[in-house]
Amino acid sequence: MQEAAGRNRGSLQLRHVDAGSCNGCELEITSMSSPVYDVERFGIRLEASPRHVDGLLVTGPVTRNMADPLRRTFEAVPQPRVVVAVGDCALDCGVFAGAYGVQGSVCDVMPVDLAIPGCPPHPATIISALRGLAGT
Amino acid sequence: MTSAWPAPSVVAVSVLQVLGVVVGGPLLVGLMRKVRCRLEGRVGPPVHQPLLDLRKLARRERTRPDRASWIFSVVPVVLVATTLVIALVAPLLSTDPAFGWSADLFALIYLMLIGSVVLALGALDTGTAFGGMGASRAMTIGALSEPALLVAVLALSIPAHSSNVPTIVARSLAHPAWLATPQRLLSLVAFLIVIVAESGRLPVDNPSTHLELTMIHEAMILEYAGADLALIKLGESMRLIVLLALFADLFVPWGIATAPGVGHVVVGVVAIGAKVAALGVALAAFEVAVAKLRLFRVPELLAGAFVLAVLAVISALVVP
Repeated sequence: MQEAAGRNRGSLQLRHVDAGSCNGCELEITSMSSPVYDVERFGIRLEASPRHVDGLLVTGPVTRNMADPLRRTFEAVPQPRVVVAVGDCALDCGVFAGAYGVQGSVCDVMPVDLAIPGCPPHPATIISALRGLAGT
Repeated sequence: MTSAWPAPSVVAVSVLQVLGVVVGGPLLVGLMRKVRCRLEGRVGPPVHQPLLDLRKLARRERTRPDRASWIFSVVPVVLVATTLVIALVAPLLSTDPAFGWSADLFALIYLMLIGSVVLALGALDTGTAFGGMGASRAMTIGALSEPALLVAVLALSIPAHSSNVPTIVARSLAHPAWLATPQRLLSLVAFLIVIVAESGRLPVDNPSTHLELTMIHEAMILEYAGADLALIKLGESMRLIVLLALFADLFVPWGIATAPGVGHVVVGVVAIGAKVAALGVALAAFEVAVAKLRLFRVPELLAGAFVLAVLAVISALVVP
């Protein structure tokens, strides 16, 4: 965390990957960039390409179909990279634990650097956690 | 160097022009983002945010797609280098820059087009579907905006009897009445439309889109990372500020330094800074107000620019 903050110093770009979420977390992530929360003022942006970013923002339990795309997206991010797991499902599969289509939580697939619990987490919670990464 | 100015002044002006474009480009992009955010009711990132992004990107790993060749790696360098040449020779601060004899309007436009073409080549080189799509779209728009820009520029060079930019700027300053002639106003509008198209701004392209299928310019740079991406972002912002500064000098030349001396150069710096900032704010405000054009409507817009440019040439020949 400290290391990432020192590296980014006020500029953090992330690629959002929905690994099988119910879209509750997506609603909160979308509202982060609304005029109320305005995450961009802290130098934090969501980008379209994994090549352009410092890390991934992963939501939802990792489903069987998304495990491989998620891993490939992770490998496409240049070093050094961070993984942020957003929401209870990303941390421990939440209500989807044990479901037939679910392979596991995000930390079963890749190392997680920052976990943001909540079902769904409040936009302000996500922003304050990301500010720790951005160093703002 | 063939500048009539004393050597220290010429060197100072050259350094200021290049530094101004390199540092001013990202700041201009930051200013335009700030204006956009404010108009949307948001605070927005600080004006120097693009500089923070560049600093961070410059130290990140560079990646290269498996099948890409050397072309992919030279694109960012060529893009920045061609723009640096324009920043050095164009009359941005003074009417007598170093190597001013080489600042021919046609040469400058084609230097800028080299940047567009290598970007498209780099996108094709990645071998990805989005790269090819972005390249084909960018070249379609480029093929339509290039003749419009060339003809608009021709209209400017007819009354000045020269296509050398410093000469055109100096003669426009000597004959302010030229600036309000029909050919000037027609080519001004054509020039503005081409600036919007060439720099990938709304309504032709949306620089902040996340949807790959709607991308034009962004689709071409999806595979770049780290220092390469930093160079491309820097090059893009430099192209924008150079285009706006050239526009300001050709159509609103007042304030540019016409004689050597600290006072003249300081006035020149302040004047070009204020003009470019005002143009950037106006462009950002315009972007908030318009929606992106459907891709198939873009040729109509650029054809309109071309018609205006042709009318400007006809009017320049008929009404000298």
